[in-house]
Order: sequence, then C-alpha cells, then structure tokens
Amino acid sequence: MLPLKEKDKPIVQKLLSAGCCARCVLRFCCVSVQAAYRQAQHETLKELQTFIMEKENNKVQDSADIKPHDTESSQTVEDPPCKRAKLDPTEAVQSETDDAAMVTLKKEESSVCALCLGILQDLCGPDQAIKIVETVKSQNYEFDTLVLSVSLPAQLCVREHSCWLHVKKEVRQKGLVLDKDDVIQVKEAFKWIMQGLVTKQLEGVAVVSKSPFEVGVEFTHPDTESDCHFLAKCCPDCFKPTKNKQSVFTRMAVVKALEKISDVKFLEHYPCPPSEPSGSCTPQDIQCLHVSVFIAGRYNKFCRSLPQTPWVIDGERRMESSVEELIAAPILSAFRADGFNFSSSGREDVDVRTLGNGRPFAMELLNPHRSRFSKVEMKQVQETINKSSDKIRVRDLQIVTREAMSRMKEGEEEKTKSYTALVWTQKSIENEDISFINDIKDLTLDQKTPLRVLHRRALAIRQRVIHSMNVRFVDSHHFYLGLKTQAGTYIKEFVHGDFGRTKPNLCLLLKTDTDILELDVESVDVDWPPPIPE
Amino acid sequence: MDCVEQSNADAEAPSVIGRYFTRWYRADMKGKLCEDHCILQHSNRLCVVTLAETHPILQDGRAIKSINYQISNGCSRLNNKVSGKSKRGAQFLTDFAPLCRIMCSDDTEYTIYSCIRGRLLEVNENILETPNLLLEKPSTEGYIAVILPKFEESKSITENLLTREEFEAVVSKRSLSQPP
Repeated sequence: MLPLKEKDKPIVQKLLSAGCCARCVLRFCCVSVQAAYRQAQHETLKELQTFIMEKENNKVQDSADIKPHDTESSQTVEDPPCKRAKLDPTEAVQSETDDAAMVTLKKEESSVCALCLGILQDLCGPDQAIKIVETVKSQNYEFDTLVLSVSLPAQLCVREHSCWLHVKKEVRQKGLVLDKDDVIQVKEAFKWIMQGLVTKQLEGVAVVSKSPFEVGVEFTHPDTESDCHFLAKCCPDCFKPTKNKQSVFTRMAVVKALEKISDVKFLEHYPCPPSEPSGSCTPQDIQCLHVSVFIAGRYNKFCRSLPQTPWVIDGERRMESSVEELIAAPILSAFRADGFNFSSSGREDVDVRTLGNGRPFAMELLNPHRSRFSKVEMKQVQETINKSSDKIRVRDLQIVTREAMSRMKEGEEEKTKSYTALVWTQKSIENEDISFINDIKDLTLDQKTPLRVLHRRALAIRQRVIHSMNVRFVDSHHFYLGLKTQAGTYIKEFVHGDFGRTKPNLCLLLKTDTDILELDVESVDVDWPPPIPE
Repeated sequence: MDCVEQSNADAEAPSVIGRYFTRWYRADMKGKLCEDHCILQHSNRLCVVTLAETHPILQDGRAIKSINYQISNGCSRLNNKVSGKSKRGAQFLTDFAPLCRIMCSDDTEYTIYSCIRGRLLEVNENILETPNLLLEKPSTEGYIAVILPKFEESKSITENLLTREEFEAVVSKRSLSQPP
C-alpha cells in the first residue's frame, strides 16, 4: 500500500490530470519510502487511481479541522470531465477486459511525464540498468562499491517549479512545515530505483552514496531546452557567460534564478502546470570515473642530458625523454590510469644529477582502472621502472593519501640540501683558499632571481643560507665543492656570481673568476615518503 | 709542467656568457662613431645590455666620473619597479630609449641606449657604487640593464643588430680606415 493520507488526495488528483507520472506524484506527496518508487510504475498508477476514487470513507476519521478542504477536494475530483473519474477502481484492477480502464491506463503509460520528462518512467527501468552495467564491465575497473551520479537537464527545475506553484496550496495544507524542499528530488527517486537494479545486475556490488568509483548517467532533452530562456530576460544577472561553460543555462544558474523570480512573474511567462513534452529525455554516454590514486617515492637521476619534465620550446621537443615520463610509463600501465600529475620536492636542471637517496616525488594518477596493490606488487612496479632505464632509479615507491602528499611541499624552504659542484678557478688554488672556504659556516646570500629563470619568476632578492662547504682539490684550477645549503639556494649562481647578482659569490670569496662545470644533488633532506626496506 | 697546465686552463676557460648567451651588437649607436653596444641574449629571451669592448668609455684607460640613470627630469630608470611573474609596472623601452648617461673624467658624456624593445626589469645599481666594475668587467658585473622582450618579439628584436662576426668585420674595417 502506498503511504498516502487523505490530505494527499487533491495533490494526486491535480498532478495526474496535469500529465505527471505516478512516481512524480509520489515525490510531490513527499513520500520518502523508497520501496514505493521501486514498484512497477503501472502498479503505482493503478494504486493512485484507486486512491483518488475511494469514497470519502476515511473522511470521518480525519480530523475535523481540515473538513472544509476535504469537501473542496472531493469536488475537484468530481468536477473535471475526466475519464478517470468515471473509472471504477476495483474493476480497473481486477477486470482486464474492461475497455475503458485499458484505454485510460494505456494513455497514462505511453505519455511522457511533463515533470520528469520520462526519467522516472522508462529511463529508470531494467534496460537502463543493463546499459550501465555493460558499460562498467566493458571498462574493466577494479572496484567493490560504486556511486551513481545523475546529471539532469536544467529545465527540469523550471518544470518542477511550475508544478510546485500548481499544487503549492495543497501541499502546504498537508502540513504547515512542508516546503518546496520537502518534495523528493527527481535525482533522489532515480537513484532509489536504479541503485537496486544495478546492484542486482552487478551480482552484489553495493551501490552506495559514497564510493571511490563513480558512474555518471546524463540525460538531455533538447526539445524543452527553451523552457529556461525566459529566465534570462527576468533575471539577467544570474546568467553571465563564462569561458568554460557551453551554455549559460546551468543547473545552478537556473536554480538561483527560480529562487529570485516572483510567482506572479513566473506565471506570466511559463505555463502552470507545465506543458506535455513530445518525447522523453535522451540518455547520454555513461561516464565512469575512479578517484585519483596517489603514489610517492624517491628518484635518482644519473644522466646530465635528461630534464625532469618534458622540455618543449616553440612547440618542439628538446630532449627525447624526461624523469617524469620514465617513472610514469610503467606506473600508468600498471594502474591503467588515464593520466598523471607529477610533483616533487624541488627540481634539478637538465644537466644536474641527483644521487644519494634521491629526491622525493609524488604522482596523482587520474582515473586509475586498477587501484589496489600489495606491497609486493608495488615492489614489482618499482622493479619494472628500474629495469626500463639506466638514467633513473626509483626507491620507496608506495601508495599514499592525498593529504600525505602535502607533507612533501610543506617546509620545503626550511629543509636542507647537499650538493657537490665541480668548480673551475681562473687563478690557481692555494692552500689558504681551501681552508678559507672550509671554515665558512652559515653564510647568508642575497640572491636576486637568477637571469636563467627571471623570464618566468618574479624579480626578488631572496636570502638563502649556505650552512657549510668543503673543498676536495682536483688540480690547481679545479676542485670539488661540497655544499650543505638551505633549500632554494641557486648553486650555479653562487659559483659564477650571475653578473654580480648573487652576493657574496664564490668569485668574490676567492677573488678570482670561478665557474661551475658539473653539479650533483647529493641529498634532499625531506623525511617523506617513509623509507621502505629493501 | 705548471706552464702546460696553465695554458690548458686558459684554453678551457669556461664562460657563463658562452654557455647561455648569444652576443648581438649595435655599432656606432645613433651615428656616433665607436659608441658600440653589446646585447647578451639569454636562451630564455632575456637581454642584458652591456658596453661593447670597443666603446670609447673603455679606451685609453679612462676613468668614470659619474653614472646617471636619471635620463630626464621626469624619468629615472632607478624608479623602475616590477612586480610578479608578469613583471607588472616595468618601464617599456624602445630601441633608442636612453638607459643612462656616463660622464668620464675628461668630462665627455656618453648615453647608453636600450637597443631593443622590451620591459626594463632592472638596472645595475652596483656600478653606481663601484664604477670600476664597468671598466673591469664590462660584459658581466659591469652590465647596464636587463630587458625582457615581448615573447612574440624575442626573435625579431635582434634582426637589426649585428652578429659577432658582422661586428668584428665592422671593427676591422674601422681600424683600416682610421689607422691609429
């Protein structure tokens, strides 16, 4: 039995005659019992018809204060020369041969609901569920649960509003507190019906309200798109064109405009109840999306001709590969992801090697079709990366949370980094020079943004600290300079001085021209991601 | 042994300019003989304006009396302020925009020009304090200014400048016609 009260009768009556489907009637009666929506729509319709035909035998039991209204509603039931009014409900249910009953029911079933444009009719049946499940299965995702998301045409809000105005008085009489928000949303009812059907088709995968795997169903209804257009004239400020949107009539904008527009003005421009549509909505392609998976690790770079990210100048590729591509390729194929975003704790130049324990990096994998990997499997992915190239090596590869990723970026400036630079000096190096450099502690540099990066970074003077240095003599004009510095120190510029824009610099300290021939990052002292024992 | 090593070091003397920059020249700026400018263009399109080695300021052991970035009553290059990645607020310069005036100890004054179109990012304030930088290291620490050409003009702005070879030809022709 449908959970309807006597007070619902006028709403049911009005909506059915306005060409609304049975489930939309339930919505407007604020029925929140999900089972009521799941039962076959023609059953619901029959029950509704029986319900409005019932003689007012409950009337006596109803409280006395609504009596005047009840009388009024019973009149409305009798008044219109409607076929349904003449229909004997018991016959309609029991006697299949009753011609009048058949005609009425056929008409109801075949016509498209003026309110949901068919979405709660044939578009949420087993056929649609099979279509969803086939799409999901064909894309071969790994998942335990799924969440169904529904995108509906914006004009549905306009029709909903029109219908609300049509029955506002009756709904209000049902209960003082009831408002437009209490009407069950099409989206909600659609999910109540579809979730069960999809679960059944997927052999037990739970369709839930929150899941990392989302299946998106979208409907459009081109014939009634113009429903929204009058709103642009009435509330122009709600419909400002934006770069990314194809149409200004977004659901959000339409909802906002409907909140603003007065009832009188709405009724001037739009029929109430809404007109009968010529056909039902068109289902669009089903979109599957798995939430991103985040991966972290550390990489070494052993090559002086490998950029960190693809290097493109004037649309032309400069080097054939990059650190991120070498790391990403095996990961993308293991996770069967659509794409990735790479980030790291700082970056090295194309001609700089990263040795030691490597540089922490993290990757967001977009729409991974596979997302669960054991520690052993992650180790295998790491091995695949390491076997694929001599230029890089990865360690500590692991799955992390989105939140943990921020650990890498936070405190980037406070962390220290160690380097080794091969330095050339114009005048020959004396013992005093070596001990002088070795004795320097916590030297603060004023670094103007290097000319090398000034085209893309703001001009500023940044203070950076070199904590310590040590010299390893090579020959009278060459030495290896070890440095421990604050992150963000530009080492090359410290050595050659960058036209005197980094002060002090090694040229000033050694009172001769110096230049940097090679640079290696020895350590990036960030304690994330956690090390994974070999 | 020591000597061999010395010559090796000289031969291999690395240079930041050689690695990252292309040298462009404008000879006889504004028709004034020998007032040659050298523009160092970085591979990232940024330009550093310097005096060419042949500029009169750098000849005959002259000294510098003053350097003035106030190029008119209303405009000082020292007031140039840029902010953000997009370098908002930069003075926009055309080829013949004066950058500074340099007075030598013999009271001759020279004007240094931008030579290229672009946004003025900075002028070298170090040479105000230590004018000798200009004489000792005219192409590095003694630079005049840094200019960022428009992205779409990064190639075309050097079209009416001379390459190093062309400039050297001009200089050798000059010394032939005016024997010292």
